Order: sequence, then C-alpha cells, then structure tokens
Amino acid sequence: MKRAVLLALSTLLILTAGIAFAEYPDRPITYIISFNPGGESDITARLQEPVLEKILGVDINVTHKPGGGGAVAWSEFQRTAKPDGYTLIGNNIPHIIGQPMLRKDTGYETDGFEQIMWMHFTPNALIVRADSPFKTLKDFIEYAKEHPKVVTVGGSGSYSANHLETLRLEREAGIKVTYIPHTGTGPLAPAILGGHLTCLMNYSMLPVQLGDKVRTLAVAAEERVETMPDVPTFKELGYDIVGGAFRGVAAPKGTPKEIIAKLADAFTKTNKEIAGKQVPLGFVMTYATGDDAKALVDKMRRNYSDVIVDIIKEREKK
Amino acid sequence: MELFWKVAAEMMDPFVFLLILGGVTAGLFVGAMPGLTAAMALAVLLPFTFKLPPLYGLVALGAVYMGAIYGGSFAAILVNTPGTPSSIATAFEGYPMAKDGRALEAISLATVSSAIGGLAGVFFLLLLSPPLARLSIQFGSAEYFWVAMLGLTLIASLSPGSTLKGFLGGAIGMLLAAVGVAPIGGENRFTFGMPVLQGGVEMIVALIGFFVIPELFNMAAHGRAALAEVTIESRKRGTFLGAIRTVFSMPGNLLRSCVIGEIVAIIPGAGGSIANLVAYNEAKRASRHPERFGKGAVEGLVASESSNNVTVAGSMVPLLTLGIPGAPPDAVILGVMLMHGLRPGLDLFTVSGDLTYGFIISMGLAALYMMPVGILGGRLIYRVIVKTPHYLLVPSIGLVTILGTYALRNSLSDVIIMLLLGTTGFVLKELEVESAPIVLGLILGGIAEMGYVQTLLRGTALEHPWLMLFQNRLSQIIIVLTVLSLASPYLSAWFRKFRKPLEEQLGKETPE
Repeated sequence: MKRAVLLALSTLLILTAGIAFAEYPDRPITYIISFNPGGESDITARLQEPVLEKILGVDINVTHKPGGGGAVAWSEFQRTAKPDGYTLIGNNIPHIIGQPMLRKDTGYETDGFEQIMWMHFTPNALIVRADSPFKTLKDFIEYAKEHPKVVTVGGSGSYSANHLETLRLEREAGIKVTYIPHTGTGPLAPAILGGHLTCLMNYSMLPVQLGDKVRTLAVAAEERVETMPDVPTFKELGYDIVGGAFRGVAAPKGTPKEIIAKLADAFTKTNKEIAGKQVPLGFVMTYATGDDAKALVDKMRRNYSDVIVDIIKEREKK
Repeated sequence: MELFWKVAAEMMDPFVFLLILGGVTAGLFVGAMPGLTAAMALAVLLPFTFKLPPLYGLVALGAVYMGAIYGGSFAAILVNTPGTPSSIATAFEGYPMAKDGRALEAISLATVSSAIGGLAGVFFLLLLSPPLARLSIQFGSAEYFWVAMLGLTLIASLSPGSTLKGFLGGAIGMLLAAVGVAPIGGENRFTFGMPVLQGGVEMIVALIGFFVIPELFNMAAHGRAALAEVTIESRKRGTFLGAIRTVFSMPGNLLRSCVIGEIVAIIPGAGGSIANLVAYNEAKRASRHPERFGKGAVEGLVASESSNNVTVAGSMVPLLTLGIPGAPPDAVILGVMLMHGLRPGLDLFTVSGDLTYGFIISMGLAALYMMPVGILGGRLIYRVIVKTPHYLLVPSIGLVTILGTYALRNSLSDVIIMLLLGTTGFVLKELEVESAPIVLGLILGGIAEMGYVQTLLRGTALEHPWLMLFQNRLSQIIIVLTVLSLASPYLSAWFRKFRKPLEEQLGKETPE
C-alpha cells in the first residue's frame, strides 16, 4: 500500500514537473541589468519589457545591479542564479571578454553564460569636433604619424570597447596616440565640444546625439550605419577594424535547451518590434542566437586577442 | 517665446495639475526616506511614463525629481539624517533648530527656500541656457581636478572642532573612494579578492552609513532624551508667512546660493550633493555671525535648501542643450527623452518646443506646488516622528534604511558595507571626526583622481605633463578661489585685528 502511494505520488510529481516544464514560463521572469538606469542596456530592456510580456504571458521584472563595469552583477549571476529560465541577465561584448583577461578576481568567466541572443551592436566611431582640421581619416592618420602621442583620443572606460578599438587602430595604421578613459559616455560630449580632446572613439549613438556639432571620420562596422550614410567604414578605407559594443541577454549555464530556444524566439520577435525605435538612435540590430551567438563571442575574442596580449606584456614589463 | 505662452496655456490642464501634485507628493516622501534617492524614484517611475504621452511622462519625472530633492530636508531637520545627499548641510542647521523647538519653523523655511530655488533654476534654464551651456563645456579634466580641490577646502568649515580631524575624515573618505575598479587603468583596487567590491563604495551607501547609523545608535542610547527637547517646546509655531518674510529678508544670501547652485549644476557630475555644501560654506563665510553656524543659523538652512533645488532645473541646461546629464537623475531623464525620439540640442527648443517648454514649465509649477504639499506633508511627517515612541522610531528608521540601501543596487553587500561604515562612523564621531568631511572626501576623491590622471595623460607628449594642470584660464581662476578659500579664515582674523584699532581711532576722531 505504502509503496503504491509512493509510486502514485512520484508519478504525479514527474507528470506535474513535465507539465510545468512544458508550460514555461508560468511565473514572473527577473531580467537583471548590470548598469545604471538610463543607460543603453536599461533603455533597451525597458523597450523590450512590454513586448516580452505580451509574447511570454508573464511579468518581466527589470532590476538593476550596477557596479564594476557590469562585473558585480555578472559574477553574482554566475555564482548564484538558478538555471530554470526565470533569471536572465543582460551582458556585453567586449566587457565579458576583456575583464576576465585583464583584471584579477573578476569573479566570472567569459564562457560561463548560456547566451540567448546578441540583440544589437553599437559600432565604434572616430569623432572630431565640427571645426576640426581633420576632414578625413587620412588627414587624421597622417597627422598622428608625424606627431606621435600628441593626438588625444577620449573614450569610455579602460580596456573597454572604445579603448581596445583605439589600440587596434594604432596597430593597423602604425600610429601612436594617447587614449584617455572617461567614466561612461556622459562626460565625453563636453570634453570634445569644449576642445579638451582631439577626438573621441565612442559608439555610433553619440554622433546622432551631437548632430552637426561633430564630424565622424569613420565607423567600425561591416557596412555603413543607417543614421550616418555619408560616413565611410574603416574597412572601406583599408583598415580591418570592426568592433564596438554588442548587447545581449543570457541565462545561467545549464538552463534547458527548450527554454533557451523559447526565449531566443521571444527575444528575436521583440527585437524586430523595437528596431523602429532603436535604429534611428544609431543602433545596428543583430539577431545572433544559438551557435551564431557562441561564434560571435569567439570571433570578437580573436579580433581583440592581439591587443589584449600586448597590454598584458606591457603590464608585465612594469 | 510665442510658443512658450501657448504651451503655458496648455499646461493649465487639470490632468497636468494632478500629475504634478502627485509627482511632488510622491517625490517628497521618497526623498524623506534616508537611502531612497531622486535617481531611484525616477528609475522606478520609468516604466509607467512609457505608457503616458511624452509630455506627461516628462512632467511626472520632473515633478518627482523636484519633490525628492526637497523631501530630503525633512529627515535632515527632524532626525539629523539627510534624506538625500543634497541636504547634508540642511542637517547642520535644521537639526539644531529642531532641538531648539523650532522644527516647524525650520520646515517652513526649507519649504520656502526650496520653492524659490526651484523657480530660480527654471528661470536660469529658460533665459540663460545658451551662455550657461557654453560655460559648462569649458570644464575639462584640469578644471575638474581644481574644482575637487576647491571642494576639499570646505572641510575646514565642515569640521567645527579640529581642522586636522576634519582632514583626517576627508582622507578616510578619499581612501574609500579608491575601492573598486580603478577609473583609469581598470585594475581592481582594495577588493581583497572579493568580486563584489569591484562595485566600490557607493556614495549613498556611505552617506546612509555615516549619517543615519550613528544617529540611530545615539537615539537608542539616550532614548527620549535625544529627541525630548523637540517635543517640549514644539508649541512655538513657525508660520508660513513668517518664513517667507525671513527668507526674503536675506536677498544677498538667496541670490548667492542660487547662483552657486546653478554653477555647480552645469558642471557635469556634481549636482545637488556638492551645491548645498558649497552654498552653506559661502553663507557661513559671508555671515556677520559665523559663530552661530552649527547651532541653528537660519542663513545656513536657507542657503542649503535653495541651492539644492536650483540644481533640479539648473542641471537641465547641459542636458537639454548638449545632451550631457549633470547629475545621476538627469541620466534617467535623458534616457526617456531619447526613447521618445527627442534629441538634445537647439531642435529641442524649436521643433519639439511644445514638449520642452511644457517640461520646463512643469518644473516651475512643481516648485510652486511644493509649498502647500510641503507645509501639509511636513506637519504630517513631523507629527508622526514626534508622536512615535523612540523604541518604535529607531527600529523603523533602521528598517527603512536597510531596505533603501538594499534597493539602491539590489545588493546585500551594500547593506553590510553600510552597517560597517555606520559603526565605524559612530566610533569616529565619538573621537570627534565628523561624518561630513568623510562623505565629502568620498564624493570628491573620484572626481579629483579622474581629473588629475586625465590631465596628465593629455600632456603625455609634453616634457612636463603636469603643466597641463595650470594652462587654462578657468583652471587659474579656480586655483585662485581655492587659495582664497584656504586663506580666508586667517585673512578675516587678521583683518578684524587690524580693523579694531582703526575703528577705535576713528571713534576718537569723530567730532561731537
């Protein structure tokens, strides 16, 4: 008798578990943003929230856990989040590539995420003030060649997308410039408009924001960006530089494949719906899911590996 | 300007009225809770504003922002714990006033000053945006460094006992600012192998720790006695009209504080947390009775509360014209504007002028509505705090504090850091190292470091990179101000000594 009850109970349990699984999601999903409210990651999540809720049929709770350039949230996520599809986190390339290689005790691993999707890309762009003597990338590089380290390039953060791209430009063009890190994108606008820097290496949104007060010399995308059709890509000009920040969403490692697939589908649909709002701001939409998502991380890791190795060598010299 | 009046007429809509009233009220209560900041209130409100038309969304955000900065004064006055970093200096004078039985008077004064400050900010934004925006971009890395140095000279006046202990506090604060990922270089510093410390010590967490926790210990230790005097003499009522008269009896102080608030507001990254301290310090220096400061000097309270509310609309100058957020809450507002397809710049005042002017006007209205809301809300909060027995009050404030700290970054480690700093703060206070210099060091430490290293980097190609620190005219002006600020206590003492015999002489020579 006892055994029969136990058997019945366990069958029931397996069945309900199966049903619960089939019906994912059946309770609210937490979507962690590892940066401050008001930033690109936050704005993206806020745009996605209502669309995702409609598609998935459950509440999406966007919460913030800023700090350490994203590392505080990512390290805690990899340590504690349950792989059940109810806790998701926004993550970024190249942050998740550069930080673990260049910092001690970052507390997370580049490959420690189950990537659902890379949603968009904000390519780096080389920006000067409208009255700058540099009209083209050629002017800029010629000047930098003749005057090593005189050119100051402002960007957001150390070993960030902006910084790594500047280092790649140095390698590709055989020049030496002085990179000056700032805390986020905010302080860059006054620094360039006030004439405190020669140029900026920042994302494609800034030229949109600053309009005709600045001129963009080149953009680090595969193809020209919709918001600035007249700006050539570095590739067109003969420099193999494609890079910027990719923003994506990830689940904890070990989350069931079915759940990842369902979320990838929901995020893809959402991304299409919000594209109309993001493209005019300078974003380039990407739809990398599954193996494509993994391949993207590997490709960007290869792209940046040379400059990262250089940085590590230089540090060891000190 | 025609557009302005058209929009002004449109704003006379009952829904807008309710929206602003609701926003100010909500902001007031958020601001009054230690740990809940204006930026957080805006972030929480964000999803709701997406469901509203753009103008209504911005109106609600502006009203909450205004209310929150003002609401910070209540906790500062009643329980000596600044509700937001913008009212640190308010506590210096407001709390002694409350202890003197002048709590309601202090609240009325704070209300009137805040409203005037808010209106002044709107005035600057409407009429002086282009020149102010030009000034704002003059601040480069060298200027930031010197502004931080100028700010550190405030320590001398923030530590009434011993200046040396004040500087010790400042140094502790600057060390705390160094915890976490280095702003330049990107290495981890002082993290002791703990990944959570990469996030550093958040300024609000330290503020709550250093200001609220020691006060709670104090209340718990001394019980009713800590608050007793507040209750006994509270029958002395501060009237609203009296407060208006008092505030307007010091036009010089008011004007100075508003201008200081505006200048600090347009320096990106500073905001109300620095404005109130600078305005307070200048009010003290200009006062004929600086010895009354710290014991309930009305001038100090008015300076702090008017200057911090100027920054609300004031920091919109670089935001609306250049897209540069001047303070953390502004970043949220910029995000909302971009989402609605509004690009900062001159277009904002022409093409989408109805939205922009609507937003600006609503901030002015919010400043006005603060007066009735504040007088009623202030009395309510006052009653609650005075009538609640301390054995309930202390744990309740403690609980709100812990929740607020947690909510800031959804982080339990922040709560632990807050409690540790609080306990340290209590011990330091017993040793007469005040909390204000520590928090000031923490705020300015990061700015100083960034400014210094960026400037040296900019001079990499020069033979002496440090010369970059002295090159610009604006840097030189700030250096002169810094030296004057450091020397002023000695100068004025010397001046007084010199003037006395002179006056005596003059007295003798005066004909009968």
